[in-house]
Amino acid sequence: MSTAMPYALEAIGISKYFAGVHALDNVSIKLVEGSFHALLGENGAGKSTLVKCIMGYYQPDEGQVLFGFHQQEISSPHQALMLGIGMVYQHFTLIPNMTVAENIIMSRPQLPAIINWKKEMAALRQRMEDMPFAVSLDAPVTALSAGEKQKVEIIKQLLLDTKVLILDEPTSVLTPTEADEVLGKIKELTRGNGLSVLLITHKFREVMNFADEVTVLRKGKYSGTEKVAGTNPHKLSEMMIGRELAESSIERTQSTEQTPLLSIRDLVVSNDHGADIIEGLRMDIRGGEIVGVAGVSGNGQRELMQVFSGQRDKQAGNILVHGEQYSATREEMRRFKLHCLPEEPLKNACVANMSVADNLVFRRFDRAPFAWRRWLIKRRKIRQHAQELIERFSIKTPGTDNPVGNLSGGNVQRTVLARELADDVSVLIVANPCFGLDFAAVEDIHKLIMKARNNGAAVLLISEDLDEILKLSDRLHVISDGKLVHESTPAEADLAMIGRCMAGHGVDHDNEY
Amino acid sequence: MVEADPGYAGVLIAVLGGAIRVGTPFLFVSLGECLTEKSGRINLGLEANLIMGAMSGYGVAYLSGSAWLGVLVAGLTGVVLGLIHALLCQQDKVNDIAVGIAMMLFGTGLAFYLGKPFIQPVAPRLPSIELGAWSDSPVLRAALEINALFVVGVILAPLMAWFFRYARWGLLVRTVGESRDAALAMGINVNRVRLYATMGGGFLAGVGGSFLSLYYPGSWNEGLSSGQGLMAVALVIFARWNPVYCLYASLLFGGAAALGPALQSVGITWGYYLFNAAPYVLTLGIMIATSSRKQRFAGMPGEMSNI
Ligand SMILES: Nc1ncnc2c1ncn2[C@@H]1O[C@H](COP(=O)(O)OP(=O)(O)OP(=O)(O)O)[C@@H](O)[C@H]1O
Ligand SMILES: [Mg+2]
Repeated sequence: MSTAMPYALEAIGISKYFAGVHALDNVSIKLVEGSFHALLGENGAGKSTLVKCIMGYYQPDEGQVLFGFHQQEISSPHQALMLGIGMVYQHFTLIPNMTVAENIIMSRPQLPAIINWKKEMAALRQRMEDMPFAVSLDAPVTALSAGEKQKVEIIKQLLLDTKVLILDEPTSVLTPTEADEVLGKIKELTRGNGLSVLLITHKFREVMNFADEVTVLRKGKYSGTEKVAGTNPHKLSEMMIGRELAESSIERTQSTEQTPLLSIRDLVVSNDHGADIIEGLRMDIRGGEIVGVAGVSGNGQRELMQVFSGQRDKQAGNILVHGEQYSATREEMRRFKLHCLPEEPLKNACVANMSVADNLVFRRFDRAPFAWRRWLIKRRKIRQHAQELIERFSIKTPGTDNPVGNLSGGNVQRTVLARELADDVSVLIVANPCFGLDFAAVEDIHKLIMKARNNGAAVLLISEDLDEILKLSDRLHVISDGKLVHESTPAEADLAMIGRCMAGHGVDHDNEY
Repeated sequence: MVEADPGYAGVLIAVLGGAIRVGTPFLFVSLGECLTEKSGRINLGLEANLIMGAMSGYGVAYLSGSAWLGVLVAGLTGVVLGLIHALLCQQDKVNDIAVGIAMMLFGTGLAFYLGKPFIQPVAPRLPSIELGAWSDSPVLRAALEINALFVVGVILAPLMAWFFRYARWGLLVRTVGESRDAALAMGINVNRVRLYATMGGGFLAGVGGSFLSLYYPGSWNEGLSSGQGLMAVALVIFARWNPVYCLYASLLFGGAAALGPALQSVGITWGYYLFNAAPYVLTLGIMIATSSRKQRFAGMPGEMSNI
């Protein structure tokens, strides 16, 4: 590489320690101006930490960050924003009780003292026309699904006219079509407008299709930088985990079970505004069967999951397990062996400030062997239990007493999975289980879900990743507007038809897609 | 018995007048608490601001002869207390609630100590607007005597609502109050915003205190406040962190507090103490009636759930 190459951004020799963890060890990355640079690495490799150091969100313990020709040091997120560096964080940073428009306006580094909403809204609406996707500006963020939030996050940054855009796993919650659309649009901006992009992702497909260069981290260390044109996924996965990934296939045993284990009868659920978002959903799942529910986010998946996890009351209808009423009490979950893996696990299934060990034992902390006579808690047993699960599910954490909120995104997911899948499972409800996981972990988790199925569990898999549904399910439905609009099996799946149904075009409409 | 009718009309008018008189300090303290809580911090110490404001306002009004100067100084006293609260809270591992209670005890104690010399002297009162001048009924005239500070509060409430939506600082306060992480990611200095919000809230509470000593009841003594500063916290929850609702809620609480004296004034003496408990019962009743297990309080700043 010639020395005259203009770098939009350089991070040189960055090291970062957290209590007990060497998250980054002398890592350097150089982002060529106007290029699309991918950053790869396993869960917990330090990718998020690196970009947070770049943004000035963390102060690196060693090393420095330089921006553009001016070799300017960045010491705070505000300074980064002023310099034109924008970032979409891995965990959502939208403000739930504000509207989309307010969130977008607030992110501007320089706001007028008095905001002329009429003028701003008109300008926003105008600019929204050039955006790769539509979002409702007046909606409060609480009402959005994960996918919609991610879109708002990206739009927020694009609207800031950033020169360097850092994206921390932005496509995890998008469908492949949506992801292609977003990344395609962003790639165009790197060509036309001189935008430089640093993209963190776990998907080789995205790296190969969109990136110019790729840097790989392994366990907090720099593992190498390659031109994408001269590399391939095999080589990259070797750089990531230090060995080649063995091809594996997931075994699927044949189940003879005929009676439904889980039945949903005419379920009606309302959203946060009291409007019915799910109207009369019916579904049967037999033991030893995975039923997939595909669909674009925001069509009732979140609310359906919340009814199972006990976060939302149903308006009408029934959920039956073994023919018995289920109403999401802790007692019933235990009795029916019903387990849930909701989306955004840090928010929906963990207490971020409590330790990994505590989070791992939530379902059983007040029973033997963790409690004496259901009230005296035995810390030692809980720690032992955590130690076991940490090993069995390879959760990367400095220790059992670390707050779960400090783990990397992928490891939070693993923690919840470990808790839910460690025991006998007879009904499993899963939503976007691989959101944010690296390829090895995805493989692991798919195996675990399949194992639960093979052991006779009824599995409801709600996912926005159609590939995942096609790979795992025995039967699949498409959900649109709170209704199941299409049913098929992976073998007979008509992708064009599924795509149409997901987009909300009914079967008889002959719309161009 | 025959005179029952005008009697009850009198009660109504007295309650209305009382709502405004008793409600004004509630209004200022709750607006102050609302501003502070919107930034994601709870200030239980506003009781201290109220009492220190009452004492310092009274003292300065007496010494300078100007009631309005007293109001200003009361506000500034509140700013200083807010500053201390904020500086303590932004230390690591310091809890808002504990600091608030400590500030409350410290402030009231200090006020009683410093206020000793002002118990006897008489300070000038704040002016009021006589809306009832047209009437010959002394009851009506007394009820419709509106203090200038109340008018200021009535204007301030919608102004604050406007501020939260249209002013950059208002949005900053809300952002910081909703999510510390999001605010940090946007490069906002969270501690600084909270510092200003706590100081601003302290100012308003201090002004509320000056109303107590300079208008109604209108003297300085140690029994001046009966927990208005603390009840403002409940009031803000009831008002769903909306300044305009704070105005309505203050009037409601003021009205409830005026019920006992109003009934007494027409000769109903039974249950005097019971009626005096009305605002507290109202607080409890409202909290129970409006809470829901399906959702958390609408409008609650996100950071408030982390305290
Ligand atoms: N605030 C923190 N305190 C303590 N440890 C931390 C903190 N943030 C991250 N870590 C640790 O640093 C390491 C790197 O974390 P990081 O979030 O950068 O991983 P990542 O590469 O982004 O992983 P993922 O793909 O799962 O998002 C992890 O071991 C994590 O537990
Ligand atoms: Mg990460």
